[in-house]
Amino acid sequence: MTLALILVPLVAAALVFAVPANRWRPWLMPVASLGHSILVVFALQGPPVRALGGWLVLDPLGKIFLGFVSVLFFICSIYTARYLNLGHERPNRIFCVCFLLSLSMMTLVILSHHLGLMWVGMEATTLAMAPNIYFYHTPRSLEATWKYLLICSVGIAMALFGLFFLAYATLHTSLEPTLLLDDLVQHAPELSHPWLRAAFVLVLVGFGTKMGLAPMHTWLPDAHGEAPAPVSAMLSGALLPCAFLAILRVFHICNAAGEGAFSREIMVVLGLFSMAIGAIFMTGQRDLKRLLAYSSVEHMGILVFGIGIGGLAVFGALLHVLNNGLTKVALFLSAGNIQSAYGSRSTEDVSGAIRRLPITGTLFLAGFFAITGSPPFGPFLSEFTIVNAALGSDQFLAGALFLLLLAIVFIGMGSTIIPVVQGDPPEAAAQPGFRDGFLTSAPILVSLALVLLLGVYIPPPLESLLREAAALLEVKR
Amino acid sequence: MVPLLDPLLIVALTLNFVALGVSRIRGVINAVALQGVLLGILALFVHPAIGTRVILLVAVTVGLKGFVIPRYLVHALREANIQEEVKPGVGSFMGSLLLGAVGTGLAMVFSDTLPLAEQHKHLLLVPASLATVWTGFLMLTTRKRAIMQVLGYLLLENGIFMFGLLLLEATPFLVEVGILLDLFTGVFVMAIIIHHISREFASTSTEHLTELKG
Repeated sequence: MTLALILVPLVAAALVFAVPANRWRPWLMPVASLGHSILVVFALQGPPVRALGGWLVLDPLGKIFLGFVSVLFFICSIYTARYLNLGHERPNRIFCVCFLLSLSMMTLVILSHHLGLMWVGMEATTLAMAPNIYFYHTPRSLEATWKYLLICSVGIAMALFGLFFLAYATLHTSLEPTLLLDDLVQHAPELSHPWLRAAFVLVLVGFGTKMGLAPMHTWLPDAHGEAPAPVSAMLSGALLPCAFLAILRVFHICNAAGEGAFSREIMVVLGLFSMAIGAIFMTGQRDLKRLLAYSSVEHMGILVFGIGIGGLAVFGALLHVLNNGLTKVALFLSAGNIQSAYGSRSTEDVSGAIRRLPITGTLFLAGFFAITGSPPFGPFLSEFTIVNAALGSDQFLAGALFLLLLAIVFIGMGSTIIPVVQGDPPEAAAQPGFRDGFLTSAPILVSLALVLLLGVYIPPPLESLLREAAALLEVKR
Repeated sequence: MVPLLDPLLIVALTLNFVALGVSRIRGVINAVALQGVLLGILALFVHPAIGTRVILLVAVTVGLKGFVIPRYLVHALREANIQEEVKPGVGSFMGSLLLGAVGTGLAMVFSDTLPLAEQHKHLLLVPASLATVWTGFLMLTTRKRAIMQVLGYLLLENGIFMFGLLLLEATPFLVEVGILLDLFTGVFVMAIIIHHISREFASTSTEHLTELKG
């Protein structure tokens, strides 16, 4: 069962590789993804999932991420299949194989309770995504891919160094050196604290690079900007949160060892810094997808900020993973439609989207309101929870800065997005052959509907999962 | 510990300087490859109780780091028609050698202050690891050629691997092989991208990759 979760997309990738027909190959992705989702449903409801002697375990934290990634992937895969068929002269074999491989490896990252294995999965997701960023074979996408590959690989290598430090911290205990999460958490108080602190910093910097935290985010706007829209959506919605999960695993150990305060302080500062960088670069940004990419930097900042604040904010941050991911998928996919219709993603060429693409334009606008934290969408609820926790625990300065940055982002992002959606379409004729279609707008509609749902009603099973996961990361005083 | 360990590590450290100072790319590839082989052999000395696991690990490490990856890089070099000269981006070879030396010295001093376990107190392994990581970073940041940046990444990984030798118990064989496999796939994908860069810009200097800003 546990292994099947990883193997199903892997086998599907092999099958897809063998399919000769360029035209209907992409449709195997939603099929495989649906299979994965069905398995996930069983895994979430059934008996405890455990395999390989405790190396693969599905804990509450993993359940949230696994369910989320599976849903997100299914939504994206439908859009992707249609997207690839629109440009059906371009070979898509490698694309489809890599897309499915990344799902398999993300599942591995989420299930791993052996941190070494988790690292292997994380690096594999990085590599699997690289050819997809280079899908269009333009000089610009080449540059983006190179930066992505090198910066992320070096970052993740630093995380490995950090994990080795973590294992070294066990040498001072009665424990054999290990990287098994459960052993490390259990024996956390005995671990050597200097090594533990060094490990946390390296892991935060290393996986933080993959997660897109400033100032290690430099690859992110390029990769998100140049990649095909569904790839940007997956990167932003699923892959960055997986790196966040990896950081949470090590944070969990630090917390259990009584080093929570140390790690939380760093996370608050890094989170606010990422939000500030996001806000600065979003203001006056002319490239729609780069705008969304910087919004990802901002929201990754919000996630670590929430964990850093602690208490109820941990719940808020975990909820925000879902809210941000779904909204980002909606935004990137609609940006993809806009780019297809206008043949450009620069604000100089795109205006009046709501007239040329009524459905996409409306959804894009709604997505903008959602991502900037307007009620009644989900991000409002999660961001409100985080602010509330910050102010409630007397962290006034952090809370005030958080609110200020959110306000700047709202204005900065709005000044770009409103003119794109409103106004008159440019004189130049529309790109032939692209109109709002069912398959290009339904995935966006579904993800936004889920965001709306999360804003007004959190299903009780999800809420109890979030509470359990937050309790895992709760600060022990 | 075995007396041979320190001399081997000193050779590995010397190779860092060779990698920084040699002017032909192939020379750098050879230096990094030889260092990889040495690291594989080191595993035999660090672990007195040699089982099949350690021998297998040594075989895989030496095979990948010493032969497969360097061969593949040389192949990529030929395919992409890359000229052999290395152009350091900042200063000169003397500059980067000097920085390398300073970093290595600092690594020695710094690791004395680390709270190492008793059995690792007088080992050269930890300072050598830090010095190699430093050299890797130096190469990543001062060299403009894409292939040199890959070699910098490999040096960095070698340095981390050295530290990992202290903890072979923590990383089971499967994980160790997974890490090496990731490394190989990484270099494989990077080499493909380099090939495309050379075709696109008729050069493999990353100076051409400055289109994306803001």
